[in-house]
Amino acid sequence: MRSTVKTLWLGAALVALLLGIAGYTAFFIAPTERTMGDIQRIFYFHVTSAWTGFLSFFIVFIANVAYLVARKPRWDSLAVSAAEVGLAFTTVVLVTGPIWAHPVWGIWWTWDARLTSTFVLWLLYVVYLILRNLLEDPERRATVSAVYGIFAFLDVPIVYMSIRWWRTQHPQPVIAGGSGSGLDATMWRVVLVCWAALLSLMVLVLRSRYQLEKLRHEVAELSYEIDSRAPGTGSRGLARQETGGQGGATR
Amino acid sequence: MSAPAFSLDTVGTLRGAGIILAKELRAEWRTRELMNTTIVFALMVVVLFSFTFDPSDAESRRYASGLLWLAFLFAGSLMLHPSFAREQSNDTLYALRMAPVAPSSILLGKLLANFIFMSLAELVLLPVFTVLYNVQILPVLDQLLLVLALGTLGLSVTGTVFSAIAAQARMRELLLPLLLLPILTPVLIASVEATTGLLSDPPELAATPLKFLVGFDIIFLTASYFLFDYLCEE
Repeated sequence: MRSTVKTLWLGAALVALLLGIAGYTAFFIAPTERTMGDIQRIFYFHVTSAWTGFLSFFIVFIANVAYLVARKPRWDSLAVSAAEVGLAFTTVVLVTGPIWAHPVWGIWWTWDARLTSTFVLWLLYVVYLILRNLLEDPERRATVSAVYGIFAFLDVPIVYMSIRWWRTQHPQPVIAGGSGSGLDATMWRVVLVCWAALLSLMVLVLRSRYQLEKLRHEVAELSYEIDSRAPGTGSRGLARQETGGQGGATR
Repeated sequence: MSAPAFSLDTVGTLRGAGIILAKELRAEWRTRELMNTTIVFALMVVVLFSFTFDPSDAESRRYASGLLWLAFLFAGSLMLHPSFAREQSNDTLYALRMAPVAPSSILLGKLLANFIFMSLAELVLLPVFTVLYNVQILPVLDQLLLVLALGTLGLSVTGTVFSAIAAQARMRELLLPLLLLPILTPVLIASVEATTGLLSDPPELAATPLKFLVGFDIIFLTASYFLFDYLCEE
């Protein structure tokens, strides 16, 4: 236990250092954008948060599929941890986006494909967490929410396409958006530094959230065992046998 | 049951689905409460929408298809809920699981029943809507029915599966719309796009939204087929 806490602190210090470096590069090393000015610097955290958030949701999807195949509780713990972390990063995207958009576009929000589908994505995973809260039995919760998680993940590209085809009047994506788009080489390097920092933050938070979930799982199992040993279940030996059998079934 | 067996016995699956479908239709025919409440609810949505803006001629044509589909979606997210909740509260889901039919038969039977209920409600609502919002549907009726069928199929597929999900949770009545509506965003957009084209002044049927709806239906039918077994486990 003690070593876990130590690693956590070490990891946290490392991530803090990386975030500091990322902030320094974004504010002082990256060149000022010609038309947007300094406000464009939010881009380094906005876009990289989006990538990190999407990666987290991809992990949720993988964990959902893995749970349905292997039925190991640890996949379910990974799924819920990654969903919460992804939601946090997506919230950062949805908050920094309008802050950037207001001075540049003159409006806080526009119903463009990337904005709207990120918003729908955010909604889908908020619902995923709500659904988990409303399911009582741990095993049912894991299975049922995995099914919903897979549906939600399949829906994301479809949502994006539908909005992009019919509901959009926006500028092309800056990176890989066809001719005329592209980033300055220094800006690219800053983007990568920031992304590395955010990824390490994601790994750190995901890891400790995952460990918390595992502990919760253990506590739930222990209290289940205590419940089944409650008075009235007969002799102690019998109770132990029963719980042993049930413990084996849940594990 | 650790790993659900995927039944490849097509005839058996279809026969089982037919039996479930007949049971659903019979149960609904005895009370007709589902149809009655759904139709009145959808009607109410359509009337209430007219208070939120001036339903004059040009304006109504621009928004009409959106209103129509929102009414269908809201009605569907309420109507599909009893599909499994009814089995849960009467404890008949257990019997359904014990019955010698594959889970895919249960899915298919329920899905077809929901599709029929939803389509019937839409067919009642459509003429009323046409009169109230002054849109021309007769010249494009066949194409409009195609759009309705594709959109309704998407709604029924996801709705049936999510009804099975919601039935296992607390606060199911609130949960189903929450699960269903964000997933159906693409169906709403594509259906509204196709319907708006049909209701505009020279009516035109765009192929892209139709293909898109077909794609959505196929993807989610396939996913439901493979994932539904997990929802039927004990």
